[in-house]
Amino acid sequence: MKRLVICALAAVLLGGGAAGAEPAKPVSAVATPAGAGAPAPSATAVAPPAVRGAVKDAAPAKVKTNKAITLSMFALIILATLGIVVRAAKKTQTVADYYTAGGGISGIQNGWAITGDVVSAASFLGMSGLISLYGIDGFMYSTGPILGFVTILLLMAEPLRNAGKYTMGDILCFRASPKPVRAAAAISTVAVSTFYLLAQMVGAGKLMQLLLDIPYKVSVIGVGTLLIIYVVFGGMKATTWVQIIKAALLLTAAVLLSLLVALKAGLNPLRFFADVVNNAAIQDHVRMGVLKHPLPEPGFDYGKRFLQPGLFLKNPLDQVSLGLAWVLGAAGLPHIMMRFFTVPNAKEARKSIRIAVFLMGAFFILTTFLGFGAAIHITPQKIAAMDKGGNMATLLLAQYLGGGEGSIGGDLFLAFVCAVAFATILAVVSGLVLAASAAIAHDIYVNIIKDGKANQKEQVVTARITSLVVGALAIGMGIAAEKENIVALVALAFAVAASGNFPVIMLSLFWRKFNTAGIVAGIVVGTVAAIGLVLVSPNMTYPKKIAADAKKVVETLEKKQAAGEVLAEKDLKALEKARSDYAKNKDGTSIMGLDAPLFPLKNPGIVSVPLGFLAAVIGCLAFRDRRAEDMFDEIYVRQNTGIGIAKAIEH
Amino acid sequence: MAETKHDWAEIARNPRFVELHRKKIVFLYGWWALSAGCYFLLLLGAGYTPGLFGVEVIGNINVGYLFALAQFVITFGIAIHYGRVADRDFDRLTKELVKQIG
Repeated sequence: MKRLVICALAAVLLGGGAAGAEPAKPVSAVATPAGAGAPAPSATAVAPPAVRGAVKDAAPAKVKTNKAITLSMFALIILATLGIVVRAAKKTQTVADYYTAGGGISGIQNGWAITGDVVSAASFLGMSGLISLYGIDGFMYSTGPILGFVTILLLMAEPLRNAGKYTMGDILCFRASPKPVRAAAAISTVAVSTFYLLAQMVGAGKLMQLLLDIPYKVSVIGVGTLLIIYVVFGGMKATTWVQIIKAALLLTAAVLLSLLVALKAGLNPLRFFADVVNNAAIQDHVRMGVLKHPLPEPGFDYGKRFLQPGLFLKNPLDQVSLGLAWVLGAAGLPHIMMRFFTVPNAKEARKSIRIAVFLMGAFFILTTFLGFGAAIHITPQKIAAMDKGGNMATLLLAQYLGGGEGSIGGDLFLAFVCAVAFATILAVVSGLVLAASAAIAHDIYVNIIKDGKANQKEQVVTARITSLVVGALAIGMGIAAEKENIVALVALAFAVAASGNFPVIMLSLFWRKFNTAGIVAGIVVGTVAAIGLVLVSPNMTYPKKIAADAKKVVETLEKKQAAGEVLAEKDLKALEKARSDYAKNKDGTSIMGLDAPLFPLKNPGIVSVPLGFLAAVIGCLAFRDRRAEDMFDEIYVRQNTGIGIAKAIEH
Repeated sequence: MAETKHDWAEIARNPRFVELHRKKIVFLYGWWALSAGCYFLLLLGAGYTPGLFGVEVIGNINVGYLFALAQFVITFGIAIHYGRVADRDFDRLTKELVKQIG
């Protein structure tokens, strides 16, 4: 174990050194949403041209953190969490300890940990940012995750707790032939976790780069190394506590900020909303930045428009498709599922989800105050100038409410919120790595390769080594994926979870005839459909579209020139850039070799979820299995009553 | 994995189990369908009836904001209600069943 610590530390030093040699990339290039725990906040990836227009006059603006204060807050968090890891490592001896903290987490603790597992930096920074730039649509967006938890609360948590052990594979292979089912479950678990993890790592790297002014590589390696230490040594126990601490910090920050925002409006919600509607900067932003009305339309109230839907979420069908991924996908995310196994029984599982629902709900409601507060006090123009996705809104608000830039209070409050974002990232990635490692080590290695014949010690060692490898891969992929479209990755994670995992879990638990063939068909078809549709969706980059947009810019500017106008320097630059963009992209195609998207929606759920269900049903009916049908009573009684649960934990 | 101690089919036919199970299905799926229905109504409403969502109810607070807020209230309500019903009914029935089986 000590050897591992040394290796990990050596990795940090080496990585840090290597990355330090690289020139720091310009910070202003960051336009991706932080973390992205939410699928596809599409406008954050490609900022609308008008918002980009607002940026053009601003110098490469960035949030000015006080390095000394910020770094000491980060150090405090790292020290506190490492202390937990040391304590947890001592108590982690069996496989059950490693994967599920021995089932010894209480419902209340688990509720906080689930909140910490789910609310990512995207929810913390991204959603308030969306609200600050696009108004009420950002709030509409946050209703999705909470609905996902209604599904978990009512349909999934208790049956899964009663029937499961460590992984999704354990539940699915209960009455099916273990090897093919475990293999399929492990592949989909790894796929979902990888997409999600990658999005988190890239988001984390960019966020830390922005906040600490360090190179992207260094931030990815730093975050990755910490997560490896938590997961490898502390297992589920340490991961749980990191998540609990993070959730507590997150809610503290949200409550404090909201309270200060509310105080500015005299604690009067009516005045608060009136402040939004009557704010000149917001009105101007809606008119010019979002709706692009060069001249105000008579009688149109741009302030009120900010509180009406449709500024950001434009295609209702896409929203329904995304909604489906939310409602069903959250229940199919392996790292969430894994949390149900950490409590001793179904009653505690229920309690934990109920607590999580309240905590997350409160958090999302408070987000409105953060978002609108930032719009009122910072102005959407300034927020968009810092980051096109609005991810800096909460940070700027904290700085402002603390006393403004350069003041001690402002620096302190900003540093605190940065530290919360940091803890948020760590908590989410740790949970993801643990889930992916469990699928590889427990399902593939122990149960497929070793036929389930591995002793406790061997299993724990395998689990730790796997976590180390997965964590290292996460760092490598995070660095490689710096320029990837992380919004598409998150859409993918949720879509695969909803289309590949959710149908087979539901059918396994509730349909007598369900069997091996159905499980494998459902997972494979659901997963492939979701990935395939995203690959040909508008989420991908289509060079021909970029070329067409560039051509438009070129034509407009050339027309101006032809009319005898002398272009300003920035227009000349834009012209040059558009010309080169056009030349670079005019013959290009997307990764799939397409000129334009084949599938019109960004979110595949509306098609891929029914496909997943259909494939599962057809596969199952094509290959009937008497044994699986006979065993239905057992899983049915078990999931409803918890009889036999102790036995399930022991071996 | 399979245990020989219990006759699962027999438990599944046990009237207490049947009652527990029927109550649970009605309750769980009923509330789930209700909340999911409201949610999709919110999404469709925001997409297709933006005018209605913009109608102001109190001060500048409009239907859209209240509807989205209601989504959270419904969720909280379900969480509280389910907790009570489960603690009172489902857990009691389960306990009785487990006791009877021994």
